[in-house]
Amino acid sequence: MTETAFFDTLLVVTMIGLAIWMIVVRDVFAAIIGFMAFGLLLSLVWLRIEAPDVGLTEIAVGGGATGVMLLRARGLASAGDAMNAVPSVPFRVLVGVLAGAVALFLGALVVFPPAVAPTLAPLAAEHLASTGVGNPITAVLMAYRAFDTFLETVVVLLALIGVWSLTPDGAWGARPRVASADVPAPLLLLAQWLVPLGIVIGIYITWVGADEPGGKFQGATILAAMWMLVMMAGLRSAPALSSRRLRIALVVGPAIFIAIGVSGFHFAGAFLAYPDGLAKPLILAIEAGLLISIAAMLGMLLAGPPLEGDRP
Amino acid sequence: MTGATFDTATLYGLCGAALVGIGLFGLVLDPKPIRKILAFNLVGAGVFLVFGVIARRGAAAGFGGDPVPQALVITGIVVAFSATALAVTLVQRLSSAATDAGQPGQAASVPPKGETGTPGQGDAAS
Amino acid sequence: MSLLADLFTVAAVTLGLVFFVAGTVGIIRFPDSLSRLHALTKADNLGLGFIVLGLLPQCAGVFDALKLLFIWLLVQFAGATGAQLVARVLRREERP
Repeated sequence: MTETAFFDTLLVVTMIGLAIWMIVVRDVFAAIIGFMAFGLLLSLVWLRIEAPDVGLTEIAVGGGATGVMLLRARGLASAGDAMNAVPSVPFRVLVGVLAGAVALFLGALVVFPPAVAPTLAPLAAEHLASTGVGNPITAVLMAYRAFDTFLETVVVLLALIGVWSLTPDGAWGARPRVASADVPAPLLLLAQWLVPLGIVIGIYITWVGADEPGGKFQGATILAAMWMLVMMAGLRSAPALSSRRLRIALVVGPAIFIAIGVSGFHFAGAFLAYPDGLAKPLILAIEAGLLISIAAMLGMLLAGPPLEGDRP
Repeated sequence: MTGATFDTATLYGLCGAALVGIGLFGLVLDPKPIRKILAFNLVGAGVFLVFGVIARRGAAAGFGGDPVPQALVITGIVVAFSATALAVTLVQRLSSAATDAGQPGQAASVPPKGETGTPGQGDAAS
Repeated sequence: MSLLADLFTVAAVTLGLVFFVAGTVGIIRFPDSLSRLHALTKADNLGLGFIVLGLLPQCAGVFDALKLLFIWLLVQFAGATGAQLVARVLRREERP
């Protein structure tokens, strides 16, 4: 207990130190790199509190993809004079006190928990066999709370539509520019060798997600990262926003989800209910579709909209 | 271990609470949009962590934690990423609209030929 | 046999940690970026290499061991590429 307590304390102190540093450091680039390191540490924390699935998601999406996304806009930190106004000292003290109060309140909730910890774990375990999957988190995402997962993919799609609608006039329908003018040779080599391996790993992570930590979100992020690598190395340019194949890839997952969900009315009596014995194959079908769609959504979110001057 | 009120989960829960506080502070006070987005993600990380600690305390039936909040956190992380993507793009677009030319960062690679259609915009911004 | 495997694990992981500590000290103390890059890649290659080597006897099966080795190779590959790219930027900044 003592040695793990030492490790836990070290981890917490490092993370809080890194978080404060991210807020106070002047260089935006450094803050973003700090955020990515923070994501790595945070995924260690998820392992320590017995949530390896969340750890995988955090390392891929929370630290990795979000960091890359922030890096895309790091140059804009100095934009606009009004956005660089420094608040007065009393205001800063006030905000500090209020933020501290929120943290204290949350901390009190953590230190004084309810006498009986609320949990749905026994319920989840009870019905696990009927879903045919072994990983309870996958069962929650795909069976018990499938509606949440469905809405989530729609939210990601809506975010992508939002990003696309910020395309400047005249560039609508063009390809987002990802590759730099001259691609360094090592990057090209990495893209040529890593991408086939990465695609296998992404599909593997999704596949084992049925019974072990993993799943479509983690797998899709790896696939999206591989796609980004291909685009950055200039092996393939990003698809045009008007590309029909891209749009089909984006909606195939949600479409399968809706189709199976609606047919649940007829075969199992409720939206998104799976007929007895067919839960596993149906979940697999949805996951396969979602893997493609989410990978496409995340990849296009990372690529961003076409910029001013791009022509379709 | 049930008797101990201060276990590993509590430690990480307090860490999550502190992250929310630090993130809120940066979110309100930092004037730069990108850093606001960064701080917002910090708040999110803290909230997810507190949620994860609640999941850990709900460990039962042979699971290391309550799978329902864990699954919701996975959903939350992905949605937070989408929101970040939208926010970053909004800020990018906003700043390219505000400072017509001579934009630092990535937009610098764009030759100013793009805004031939909006000659009045630069005057309005300055 | 099991004791021998455990001893091997402890020795190899400790050696790996030594490289990580040395690499970290290097990143903090070395004066220029290229030297720091050198320290970083040593920690990645040798440090992680020894840790993976030490963990091999603890694996449940051959497949798990292969996965560990594969992870090490991937980190090597990504690390080497990253170091090259950083060095490229450095060289470009040196002679504008």
